[in-house]
Amino acid sequence: MEPTVSFFSGFTLNDLWFLGEAALRTMWISALSITIGTVLGVLFGWVLYEGKWIATLTVAPFLDIFRSVPLIIQLVLFYNFAPIVGLNLDPFASGVVILTIYTAALVANVARGGMEAVPAPMRRAARSLGMTYWQDLRHVVLPIGGRAVFPAWVGVALGVMKDSALVSVLGYVELLKASQILITRTQEPFLILTLAGAFYFALSYPISRYAATLERKWAQ
Amino acid sequence: MFDYNFHWRPVMRSLPDLIDAAFLTLQVAVLAMILGIVIGLCLALIRLHKTGPLLWLASTWVELARNTPALFQLFFFGFGLGAFGLHLSPYMIVLAGLTFNCAGYLAENFRGGFQAVPDTQVRAARSLGMTAWQTYTRIVIPQVFRIVYHPITNQMVWAVLMSSLGMLVGFRELSGETQFFASRTFRIFEYFTVTAVIYYVIVKIILGASRLLAMRLFRY
Repeated sequence: MEPTVSFFSGFTLNDLWFLGEAALRTMWISALSITIGTVLGVLFGWVLYEGKWIATLTVAPFLDIFRSVPLIIQLVLFYNFAPIVGLNLDPFASGVVILTIYTAALVANVARGGMEAVPAPMRRAARSLGMTYWQDLRHVVLPIGGRAVFPAWVGVALGVMKDSALVSVLGYVELLKASQILITRTQEPFLILTLAGAFYFALSYPISRYAATLERKWAQ
Repeated sequence: MFDYNFHWRPVMRSLPDLIDAAFLTLQVAVLAMILGIVIGLCLALIRLHKTGPLLWLASTWVELARNTPALFQLFFFGFGLGAFGLHLSPYMIVLAGLTFNCAGYLAENFRGGFQAVPDTQVRAARSLGMTAWQTYTRIVIPQVFRIVYHPITNQMVWAVLMSSLGMLVGFRELSGETQFFASRTFRIFEYFTVTAVIYYVIVKIILGASRLLAMRLFRY
């Protein structure tokens, strides 16, 4: 019998390299979105905290939309909306934009919670000691409120890192997309998915444990 | 301003189909939540009271569910299990994935809830002659339920949002159906806009219903 030609080939060391590169891309897109998103989110959180009803009518519903619509729909929508207004964004840029706003929407709530966690008398005390409004924010609210919501922020950041897998729908080859490509070729779904999952786990688990330890230590 | 003609008519024509698909989304999410609550409760109790292989199994489940992307979990149920000759239908993939994820997240919430009920109450109930089952169903669970009510509501919202990932495993719930129509008509932006609105409405209905229910349940 003639040896049959197979379209499939086994899993090689090269493929491991391919997965590793994809993992770096996952980390890069998450790090970028989380960093910018956190800065924006704290800003939004401050607006929500100080803005009273004006913010409640403007910023809050806007952020609410990003929390109430699936991320995957947001990504597809933005990716197809950008060319309509004449923006030509590649999958990476679209992914970063949406992940950033998504992060900001989640962090805004966390940040507002942190500001509300600082007792009002403490802030009044800071002001009566002669601190300016910004000094009070920087030296009183940031350390105390930040500490109160740090674990929640870690949760949000890890969530965004995991959700960055969805950027694959736009064709950006991050870890999960790379594993799909490899699965199509090697037909070894179990091995490759396990590798991809192990990477996410190895990144997420120690950080979440560390945050939980910190939370316990600070609670004492 | 826009170099694009919006065509809403095909979307409006398939709106009944989209609404049907939305009910399918809701159905999967509700089923996954019911299963998730039952399994999550078991996992939480195991993690609190048992040792040995059972504890190891429960801990692994919870940590895996919380530290890997939901999309990865869906892929695993979809393609990973194929390696063992187990081929699930798209409906089952989404249901299994969502249940796995929800159970993991809810287990942690339940554990926190159980730890918040003082041990002395259990001892008091037992010394009044209640059986362990009575103590749990009449003393502990009602109090835990109050604590985890809001996390459960949030998880329900997450379940609806997460079910949109069904689109990527060929399940035709709201997102999958939208994708199907969008690729048939190329009105991607219009279709996904309408879908985003439907998701938003679903989420608002869930949150509103939960608030009403809370007012009736927690009057005292």
